[in-house]
Amino acid sequence: MSRTLTHLERLEAEAIHIMREVVAESEKPVLMYSVGKDSAVMLHLARKAFYPSPPPFPLLHVDTTWKFQEMYKLRDKMAKDSGMELLVYHNPEAQEKGINPFDHGPLHTDMWKTEGLKQALDKWGFDAAFGGARRDEEKSRAKERIFSFRTASHGWDPKNQRPELWNIYNAKKNKGESIRVFPISNWTELDIWQYLQLNDIPIVPLYYAAKRPTFEWEGQLFMADDIPRLEKVLGYRPEITEKSIRFRTLGCFPLTGAVESTASTLPEIIQETLLTSTSERQGRVIDKDAGGAGMEVKKQQGYF
Amino acid sequence: MTSTKTDPIYVTEALIAEDIDAYLDQHQHKTMLRFITCGSVDDGKSTLIGRLLYDSKMIFEDQLDALTADSKKVGTQGQEIDFALLVDGLAAEREQGITIDVAYRFFNTEKRKFIVADCPGHEQYTRNMVTGASTADLAVILIDARKGVLVQTRRHSYLCHLIGIKNLVLAVNKMDLVDYDQKVFDQIVADYSEFAKSIGIESFTAMPISGFKGDNIIGSSENTPWYTGPNLVEHLESVEVNSARDAAKPFRMPVQWVNRPNLYFRGFSGLIASGSVKVGDAVRVLPSGKTSTVAKIAVADGQAALPVVTGSDITTEKYLELVSGIDEAVAGESVTICFADEVDCSRGDVIALADSPPQAADQFESTIVWLNDDPLQVGRAYWLKLGTQMVSATVHQPKYAVNVNTMEHVAVKTLELNAIGVAEIVTDKPIVFEPYADNRTLGGFILIDKMTNSTVAAGMLNFSLRRSQNVHWQALDISREAHAGLKNQKPAVLWFTGLSGSGKSTIANLVEKKLHRMNRHTFLLDGDNVRHGLNKDLGFTEADRIENIRRVGEVAKLMTDAGLIVMTAFISPFKADRDMVRAMLPEGEFIEVFVDTPLSVAEERDVKGLYKKARSGALKNFTGIDSPYEAPANPEIRVDTTAMTAEEAATVIVDTLLGDL
Repeated sequence: MSRTLTHLERLEAEAIHIMREVVAESEKPVLMYSVGKDSAVMLHLARKAFYPSPPPFPLLHVDTTWKFQEMYKLRDKMAKDSGMELLVYHNPEAQEKGINPFDHGPLHTDMWKTEGLKQALDKWGFDAAFGGARRDEEKSRAKERIFSFRTASHGWDPKNQRPELWNIYNAKKNKGESIRVFPISNWTELDIWQYLQLNDIPIVPLYYAAKRPTFEWEGQLFMADDIPRLEKVLGYRPEITEKSIRFRTLGCFPLTGAVESTASTLPEIIQETLLTSTSERQGRVIDKDAGGAGMEVKKQQGYF
Repeated sequence: MTSTKTDPIYVTEALIAEDIDAYLDQHQHKTMLRFITCGSVDDGKSTLIGRLLYDSKMIFEDQLDALTADSKKVGTQGQEIDFALLVDGLAAEREQGITIDVAYRFFNTEKRKFIVADCPGHEQYTRNMVTGASTADLAVILIDARKGVLVQTRRHSYLCHLIGIKNLVLAVNKMDLVDYDQKVFDQIVADYSEFAKSIGIESFTAMPISGFKGDNIIGSSENTPWYTGPNLVEHLESVEVNSARDAAKPFRMPVQWVNRPNLYFRGFSGLIASGSVKVGDAVRVLPSGKTSTVAKIAVADGQAALPVVTGSDITTEKYLELVSGIDEAVAGESVTICFADEVDCSRGDVIALADSPPQAADQFESTIVWLNDDPLQVGRAYWLKLGTQMVSATVHQPKYAVNVNTMEHVAVKTLELNAIGVAEIVTDKPIVFEPYADNRTLGGFILIDKMTNSTVAAGMLNFSLRRSQNVHWQALDISREAHAGLKNQKPAVLWFTGLSGSGKSTIANLVEKKLHRMNRHTFLLDGDNVRHGLNKDLGFTEADRIENIRRVGEVAKLMTDAGLIVMTAFISPFKADRDMVRAMLPEGEFIEVFVDTPLSVAEERDVKGLYKKARSGALKNFTGIDSPYEAPANPEIRVDTTAMTAEEAATVIVDTLLGDL
């Protein structure tokens, strides 16, 4: 008589349930919005969870000023369509010192993102922040709880996590603590792509293959998004060639390597993703710092 | 490798390459199974999971490169790939070579998506296993073929059964190391059957496998021609999942959030715990019992764009038409339900089928798994969260604890980390529930420490205790108001709290003398005196101190019923315990008097010589020395004994009391 839900229906229902629990039990939640494909899914889930009300929290973009131009465009459009307030934060210290991915390497992520995030959460006093991290992304994420508590200084203690049983979440905080909440913890990359396709959710066009200006740097292929600015930080004008490329993941443009591809529709992207044996985060330089424990260390310091 | 040519994985891969749309269509309609793998470090559990990921192409090339390098460096399999390294996540775990937390992994086959909870097996990680099991549809219990059914096998099986996992797989692993001998396998299955029956496990599926070599994982192995049952993946693809079972039960939905965007819409959001609901169904809101019918099941479609209201003659009916929705929803879906009538409903309530609603009760027998380093404090108030209900609850002394290795019942006074026990639990107001065996959502709960906010226990309600319904209040003709009226006063409890030697008894005594002179009817309950009689069976452990306070609170309450003004002088160091007494009394009748004397001053006075004893170690658990004192944050009255005399303090208290009364 009754039908069995598909895996995507169950994952969607679980994520919506988590978002509603947070809204019911926290004082000032916020949705971390990075404009990537996972953020796109998160925003869509938030809109569904509270429909026909707009989601009762703002979007927060901790910006590095080094995002792709197309990302800024989509960000502003999505905020407008969803009826949500968009908060953008730039770490003033990073801005003042001109921190950039070429000269400063890991410090770029640390100052703009890790520090920027902490400052932004403190500035507005958010006590719960939704993030789009998934357990299939990286080993230390595989053991992180859905409700992940951070100390007043935003540190993560992997040894002291609260047990999470059934679908009961304990959102009670100690003084100064805040929660990072990961409603799509149990989704895989394939689930994300398929959900985007089934719901026709807009994503940054850079995910689709197209002819774009590219340059090579330290053995990886990058898109030349803002050539004058690139020239300034590199100290030379990189050799630019036009290639059909796309991005598997979108971070800051110099930190995110492109792949040569002709996949210009979602099914083609999914096909390519499934057939290439390279895991998603490989395009990001961040995990390779500090050996195998890179992300775990970053998280203990307060990275999302 | 022993994978056969009919390997479904390779068929899938071909489909991805040749017809991605067909593949996506297939993937879209997959169901999901969550399972756990239980076994100890040496049973090859991580290796099995690594194998499942590897065989289903869930390991990418770069991960494989890292894995190959790691295998040579720290692996335990010589030059071969050590799959265990794929799943042992945290750095500390990798160093120690053991799994210490629950890790979740994902893989797909043609028919299903799988979430595997990889749980540690040692006894000290019982809580991690219970956590992983709580969301599982199925458990794979690993046995090392060379070792047979061990203590840990029994423990894992018991825990899975306790948490209500209906599908059990007995995976007899490392068959390659016993030459794929059928006799070994049969003997293990026979041993296990006997044990399983003894603890009430109705059925299980046994299979001979090798996680390391890949036998009977995907495809049937040529090494075990005598085995004709399903291979592991085949079995995982076909068993019934919990949500399908839940869908056949009566409708229940705990309300998470009231959705009220404007005057025209009021919906109740939640995840359907069981059954299904249709527009037009008669439903009941619990615990109030009010009924209505379902007018709308609101679910956003497409882009989830908000309804656009045009014109000024908008009404509830018109607005509801603008909101998208569905006709029927089933267990596992997150929806927002609107009623046809204005019925009170808020977070914590449960919407249920009108004809067969769940009950509400405030006393239960429960099975509790203790998850925290600090043991259970019998009689102390904890937060209890069940579904979306949050109440205050106290746990009685356990009837027994279960030895998870032998299943024996053991008499205990409390529950320590990883202990499992059966105890009565009492909530401060009725909660809507069903026995855990019937409904996980309405029967499973967590306990939260009110001070640290940690999740300290997980529990399952077995049944409600009728006692709460059978012990009726005897209706008395002379009411508490009549008692108080005759005495021409308003009853109250002046609860003096402070360190030993702070001056509680002295001041309380002075207060009573003053009130007595003013013709007030009073009584003073003194800590030392009560311990000579009513509470002489209690010691000074944390649990006994809580019980001491509870009894004094109950006695004080009876005295206020009799119309008296009661003074109590107890150290009562814990906020939770004072709040417990406060909750027993009508609003305004509990007056907390904080006799504020710094430790140094109290110790200096040391009227009874107790501090000296405590400092020398002759007296244990002494408040202020080796046991904490939690000062009241907002006492009704605070007297600073370093700034005023006892006489002055008594005057302040009497003035405040009579001013208030």
